[in-house]
Amino acid sequence: MQPPSETLSSAADETVMENPTVGIDQTKGDFQYKVDYAFDAGTGLSEDTVRYISSVKKEAPWILEFRLNALKKFLSMPMPTHWATKDLDNIDFAKIRYYLSQGQKPKRTWDEVPDDIKKTFERLGIPEQERKFLAGVEAQFDSEAAYSNIKDIVAKQGVIFVNSTEGLREHPELFRKWFGKVIPTGDNKFSALNSAVFSGGSFIYVPKGVKVAQPLQAYFRINAENFGQFERTLIIADEGAEVTYMEGCTAPKFSTSTLHSAVVELVALKGAKIQYITVQNWANNVFNLVTKRGVAHEEAEIKWIDCNIGSRLTMKYPGVVLKGERARGEVISIALANDGQHQDTGAKMVHAANNTTSNIVAKSISVGQGRSTYRGVVHIPKHLKGCKNNTECDALLINTNSRTDTYPAITVRGDRNYVQHEASVSKVNEEMIFYMQQRGLTEGQAMSLAVNGFINDLARQFPMEYSVELKRLIDLEMEGSVG
Amino acid sequence: MSATSTPAIRSAIGAFKPEAFAAHLASLPPLPSWWIERKRAAYERFAGLPLPARTDEAWRFSNLSGVALEGFAPAASGPSAPAISMGIKKSARLTFANGALISRETLDPALEKQGVIIDSLRNALTRHGDLVREHLLAQPARLGSAKFTALHEAFLSDGAFIHVPKGIQIELPVGIFSHALGDGIAVFPHTLVVAGENARVSVVEYFGSGGDEENQLAIGANDLYAGHGAQVTYVGKQDWSHRALALQSNSTVVRRDARVQSLNLHLGGRQVRHESLSQLQAPGAFSEMLSLSVAHGEQEFDQRTLQIHQAPDTKSDLLYKNALLDRARTIFSGLIVVDPDAQRTDAYQSNRNLMLSEDAEANSLPGLEIQANDVRCTHGATTSRIDPEQEFYLQSRGIAKAQADELLTFGFFEEVLNRLASDELHAALRALIQTKFKR
Repeated sequence: MQPPSETLSSAADETVMENPTVGIDQTKGDFQYKVDYAFDAGTGLSEDTVRYISSVKKEAPWILEFRLNALKKFLSMPMPTHWATKDLDNIDFAKIRYYLSQGQKPKRTWDEVPDDIKKTFERLGIPEQERKFLAGVEAQFDSEAAYSNIKDIVAKQGVIFVNSTEGLREHPELFRKWFGKVIPTGDNKFSALNSAVFSGGSFIYVPKGVKVAQPLQAYFRINAENFGQFERTLIIADEGAEVTYMEGCTAPKFSTSTLHSAVVELVALKGAKIQYITVQNWANNVFNLVTKRGVAHEEAEIKWIDCNIGSRLTMKYPGVVLKGERARGEVISIALANDGQHQDTGAKMVHAANNTTSNIVAKSISVGQGRSTYRGVVHIPKHLKGCKNNTECDALLINTNSRTDTYPAITVRGDRNYVQHEASVSKVNEEMIFYMQQRGLTEGQAMSLAVNGFINDLARQFPMEYSVELKRLIDLEMEGSVG
Repeated sequence: MSATSTPAIRSAIGAFKPEAFAAHLASLPPLPSWWIERKRAAYERFAGLPLPARTDEAWRFSNLSGVALEGFAPAASGPSAPAISMGIKKSARLTFANGALISRETLDPALEKQGVIIDSLRNALTRHGDLVREHLLAQPARLGSAKFTALHEAFLSDGAFIHVPKGIQIELPVGIFSHALGDGIAVFPHTLVVAGENARVSVVEYFGSGGDEENQLAIGANDLYAGHGAQVTYVGKQDWSHRALALQSNSTVVRRDARVQSLNLHLGGRQVRHESLSQLQAPGAFSEMLSLSVAHGEQEFDQRTLQIHQAPDTKSDLLYKNALLDRARTIFSGLIVVDPDAQRTDAYQSNRNLMLSEDAEANSLPGLEIQANDVRCTHGATTSRIDPEQEFYLQSRGIAKAQADELLTFGFFEEVLNRLASDELHAALRALIQTKFKR
């Protein structure tokens, strides 16, 4: 099991020239450190890989069994290319490294983090962000969480915020009940893969009635070439609890593709509220195939705010199962697809109780030869009443060769529910651009303003820091897209 | 998805074995050899293709166990057709029973002088071979029914052929009656309409069975071709037996500045699949696609549409409305495709489902694939019940609930019927829908 041999220089130098489009976070995120990995599961996937991961983590026997069972499912399931893009066939599972780690346990203070990993995270700006306002940070470097900290106040409230290994080892009574229940192993081929080789990710429990005032945050980073990151996150908000979780993702640009396949499960018990915010900015050779779903019990609310800017191919449809009466689900989705990118995103709303409501607002921007796709499911089964869904999808096409698709599927039974879906595709209004140019803006600036205006009502729902970053990111993406 | 498993005993060709195909060929009069060759090739395609499977995206939500080809036989021609009135004045009338032409009446003597051809496909194959060859089943089967379109081509015995030459405008519609008579029979109705430059024609077609208990298979297709500046209106009234499996595949080609309006009304059938392909091939082309269906009992109406904008400055407008009663199911799956060069496309697609029962199920898959940026494309889908406030208002004016619901349902349909230019046709369709509510 050899440590990776990539060097720092090549990736950093080429950033601007080779990939001008990915802009701001890319210059932050596109660097790589030579790291000596203490544990490396090697390339390729077999029962031995799974056993290796499980033994390194010193897992309970039931987890190993869960993993092996998942591996069987993964191997038996076909690639979903009958509906999804054929690009999936370009993933070579035999060339992927499934587990890399330096053997570190999560550190509780910044000083304890090894210097080289600290350098990585400092470039990502994590400690500053934490100092500003974040309640807790969990940063994942390749397979394992390298650093985590929860401010005392949150811990005192009884909030548990640990990585998945720790969560399963130290709080099995809390997490085992829901682990793999919201998203069954065989939900899809990639959730099965994740279930076999998962490592890292956050496990959060918010006790009854506790409202976490500040958002909890995680960063995910892929550092090694050919590496697959398979984090697993489970958030449980007990009755009446409230929590906001934010995640950011980056990876340096390698010459070969990288795979990120996460599973995120949310459980909002009676009256609880979970808000889950993602800003995904993987380098544009990452396959980002993620399964995210939440269960909302009676009067609970789950809101996914999902922003996809990076990656080569993203397939991600955050979902909410509305299990209890008056539960509410919401997905706010922003996708930006530039040259060589396919953002295949959307939402799933499964109504399973009376008087449940769901709302989906998706906006996508296709630049250059970028392709954005909205795919959605709204399901209201038999004998429910008073269920409502509203779906709006808007696509903006910047260049003549940009592409967008919309594929919703809506099933409604019975005469006591209301569903509406609307989608539109348009380009930037020429008169608007003309007006701004006439007031002294360049065409590029005008275009950036118009695009920001297009997503403004959604961007406002992001925490301030993220919405400012999003705006800058879009400005950069728009550079050179006109004229 | 209601059909999760398909019985293993189902064969991919069902009753349409090579012997049946040989018998069909033997029953035909002498026809051009290119046509016979195409039929043979179509039969090979049909036999080689599998039945739709659960993983076929084009058949998502469809009841696959209902799509079985066993127990049918291509009808031997014969019985006389029942007299059905369309309630409209016509310029000409063609009647088919079990795939054979029963009668051909040209009601306007001026037509023949103008060079208008209203004839059977069989006659047209020998007399106007080039025209037929250019347009008959010439478009790709892109909506999932390639197998059934091939079966249709292989067993197509006769159909309607309408050609309106350059500059000729026919005021009154051409009526076509297609009857399937008898239990266990299979029919393959076909209508081919070719409108030359600046020609104008409207066609009203009726599909019906001898009785509501007849177990039948109807695999139909039509080809509408609108040349430069032509205007074609097509109205299909589907009223097959309530035990019929019907698979219809329609194709429309719209050339420069031409305009095609099609409206399909679905009332009959046990399981009905209806595919409509509209290709907008030159600037100024406009295709209006309309549908109304009233689904009751255990009926399944499965409608798939594709609007392809292949040239700049084209327009399409789709409005499909379903009213669902009892345990009926509907599927609407529509796709707007805008090709990379089709700038300034204006495309619209709308599916509205009115739920009139607790047990009905409506599925909507409104899709877009856009590869040009200077476009206006929107789609919408809604599913809801009758507005309780409107219902209450009518009741407060002394109208009984059942009658109020019927009035409001017709109000729901009116938006589609109002698109028809002919008041007479509007009234006739309204009356036909009413018969279904009276049943």
